[in-house]
Amino acid sequence: MLALLSDYETLRLAWWVLLGVLLIGFAVTDGFDLGVGALLPFVARTDLERRVAIHTVSATWEGNQVWLVLGGGAIFAAWPALYALSFSGFYLAMFLVLFALILRPVAFKYRSKNESPVWRARWDWALFVGGAVPALIFGVAVGNVLQGVPFHFTTDLRPIYEGTLFGLLNPLALFCGLVSLAMLVAHGAAWLAFKAEGPVAERARQIGQRAALATAALFALGGLLVWVGAFGGYRVVTPLIGNGPSNPLAKEVVADAGAWLANFRAHPALFLVPLLGIVGPLLAAAGLRARRDGGALLASTLGIACIVATVGLSMFPVILPSSTHPGHALTVFDASSSLATLRNMLIATVIFLPIILAYTAWVYRVLRGKVSERDITAPGSPAY
Amino acid sequence: MTDPLLVDLSRLQFALTAMYHFLFVPLTLGLSILVAMMETVYVMTRRQIWRDMTKFWGLLFGINFALGVATGLTMEFQFGMNWAYYSHYVGDVFGAPLAIEGLMAFFLEATFVGLFFFGWDKLKPLTHCVVTWLMALGTNFSALWILIANGWMQNPVGSVFNPDTMRMEVTDFAAVIFNPVAQAKFVHTVSAGYVCGAVFVLGVSALYILRGKHIALAKRSFAIAAAFGLASALSVVVLGDESGYAVTDHQKMKLAAMEAMWHTEAAPAAFTAIGIPDLESRTTRYAIHIPWAMGLIGTRSLSTEIPGIAELVEHARGRIRNGLVAYAALERIKADRTDAGARAEFARTQADLGYAQLLKPLVADPLQASEAEIDRAAWSTVPHVPSIFFTFRAMVACGFLLIALFGAALWYTAREAEAPRWLFRAALLALPLPWIAIEFGWFVAEFGRQPWIIEGVLPTALATSELGIPSLLITIAGFTLVYGVLAVIEVRLMLRAIAKGPETLAGDPAALFPGIGANRNASGLVAAE
Repeated sequence: MLALLSDYETLRLAWWVLLGVLLIGFAVTDGFDLGVGALLPFVARTDLERRVAIHTVSATWEGNQVWLVLGGGAIFAAWPALYALSFSGFYLAMFLVLFALILRPVAFKYRSKNESPVWRARWDWALFVGGAVPALIFGVAVGNVLQGVPFHFTTDLRPIYEGTLFGLLNPLALFCGLVSLAMLVAHGAAWLAFKAEGPVAERARQIGQRAALATAALFALGGLLVWVGAFGGYRVVTPLIGNGPSNPLAKEVVADAGAWLANFRAHPALFLVPLLGIVGPLLAAAGLRARRDGGALLASTLGIACIVATVGLSMFPVILPSSTHPGHALTVFDASSSLATLRNMLIATVIFLPIILAYTAWVYRVLRGKVSERDITAPGSPAY
Repeated sequence: MTDPLLVDLSRLQFALTAMYHFLFVPLTLGLSILVAMMETVYVMTRRQIWRDMTKFWGLLFGINFALGVATGLTMEFQFGMNWAYYSHYVGDVFGAPLAIEGLMAFFLEATFVGLFFFGWDKLKPLTHCVVTWLMALGTNFSALWILIANGWMQNPVGSVFNPDTMRMEVTDFAAVIFNPVAQAKFVHTVSAGYVCGAVFVLGVSALYILRGKHIALAKRSFAIAAAFGLASALSVVVLGDESGYAVTDHQKMKLAAMEAMWHTEAAPAAFTAIGIPDLESRTTRYAIHIPWAMGLIGTRSLSTEIPGIAELVEHARGRIRNGLVAYAALERIKADRTDAGARAEFARTQADLGYAQLLKPLVADPLQASEAEIDRAAWSTVPHVPSIFFTFRAMVACGFLLIALFGAALWYTAREAEAPRWLFRAALLALPLPWIAIEFGWFVAEFGRQPWIIEGVLPTALATSELGIPSLLITIAGFTLVYGVLAVIEVRLMLRAIAKGPETLAGDPAALFPGIGANRNASGLVAAE
């Protein structure tokens, strides 16, 4: 443990893993909230049905969203160059995500404060946009990262992004957006099937099966596209220095269409991860068909974790490749914060993450049980 | 050199989104504590009225909280979006408190706020009360960590520039956490939040009393808000963050600007109660002085001198010259990373590197700067004196008015006397005051920090992302539009909820002891949502 806390290379690897954990935590927990939002117009037709769907997440979406906020903060603290480059580079896309996400808290809270059908229909739209748009754009961002992003650094390490919003919306990136949209819709459907009663759960099972099958098919197709080199790839050609200074200008990188498969070829056992990324959603579809909703939710969770992990593993040690100046790419070993900050943050995480998981689990336990229309119509019900 | 328009637009956007966010934060801080206090009284006495109060003020808390969360999202990401060089330059130090805020505060607050609203019939009263306190605790932890981050921008302790990574890196994290400026700011800011919550409860209760509605609830709320408000308002002033202003060069400059103190005076300096600072002549016209007051407020002593603006500018000029030595050494290190002589020279002078960077907006190569340019750079360390001078006074005036209001309100409630109607009208009229004071306070703190984004380390003009002007115009227009619409909706919902008032189901035994033996779907709750 002590050695871990004083070895720069180990700390960087630990924070690379934690970056994945945070992204998976966000995709798995807030993922079903986003999915519920995106599904709202389709699984729930009457106002009462919509309130049932919303009430399945009304008490917990706020805590789930903190995974995203914590992700932002942790990237800032542990990978400052990544934080600086990705959010300024994907500027307008990020603005769209924020715009959609800003609508969400307000829509949850304000929707049922007014009886007017027009009012409620508008907020239902806001919830749909707040779910579907981020689910799509996060995938688009991953699609761009896989292809390499046009950026470079000046000698002062000032990050300069050279692309445009429309450059981000290229076909391959939009394809990745579809993968993440299908994945989170399937996850949201599994949640609704598990947590809601009546027609909402029934429709969620139907739509969820199709979305889960689509996720498996699209992800497999994505793997094929990487295999044939459609996304390209980048390979670090100079030796990796695990405890060197975090300066991304001191190495050489070349474009190499086979690079994103190199880690899997070197360690074939890793192929298990993308395989589970396909098997997970297939099992989720089967579970929904068999009305094993809890199992479907677990299978969907496994699928999401493995799909996110696949991206990280295929690119390692690269985190953010540059398409215009490949040598300026950010890697695990030259884009982190200092040893002291990585260590301080690891200690903080080791202390607080178990506490967070414990009280979050307790809250879910308190709120266990299915949501029915009676919960909404009961006199004095606090439901949104 | 970054386009000055880009810098101005980036600053405008940050100011808009941060000041808008901070319309909701102080009310969240204050109401969460007040609601938790009310619920504690309910749990201790089991009197229905206190439960009604908890739920009613909790409902208003919720309407406000939603917008605080929504606008807080922007805050977490816009450092990277609009301030990419800043993020690279100080992320190693500044990012950590933000991440810890997420770990320690946001999860606590956001996880338990759900149970606060939806757990009434699922938890025993005592457990629910603990949940409410945890939510309030999370809110306050959040303020602590963000002010540690902000305190470091004002007084960047515990860190050093690393020429190999071209950024600031942490050397002493404990010093960052226990930064005296951050500690003073934390107490000042959360107390101001408590004042805001108290004025809100006081004002709305006064409205009910004036209209003769919901009297039982309004009177109790009025009393608790008066007591809590007076304690908090005194804490804002007594533990105010002026105590943090003696610490650093630029904090001293900010203090001098707040007082329009153009030259050092013999200790203890006089306080300029009011006057008109003139930028041209660098004097304050029509000034009314209060002898000794400034020295006492600023230094808590009769013998410590407070430096004036002109003397601080001279001091800055020296630091610029010293910084140029560091700047030249850094250029040599960039050319040859093994140059030990350059590294030694840089280590000796690097504390002033930021001052040399003040020249970058004025001249392409700071090493070629003329005397006139160095003079301009030295004077650029003076923030805009008149706006700081007046907003500071407006903030202080609001604070003293509120102390008088809370004092009068407590006087009457403590004597259980019938308070005169003018007091209730005054409480209603005072509603905007805490927001005015708080926004002005942030203006003094952050506008007064200029030209620095990190005091003495990084000038604001260098810190932005390299974005196109159209991108910024789009996002400024977008944020203004969506924030504007949401503000209108929020205020309407708030007014509707206030007009509707609290509902009680007194007499229903299940409502008194929820979760115990009662059907959880029909336990007769106050319609909180």
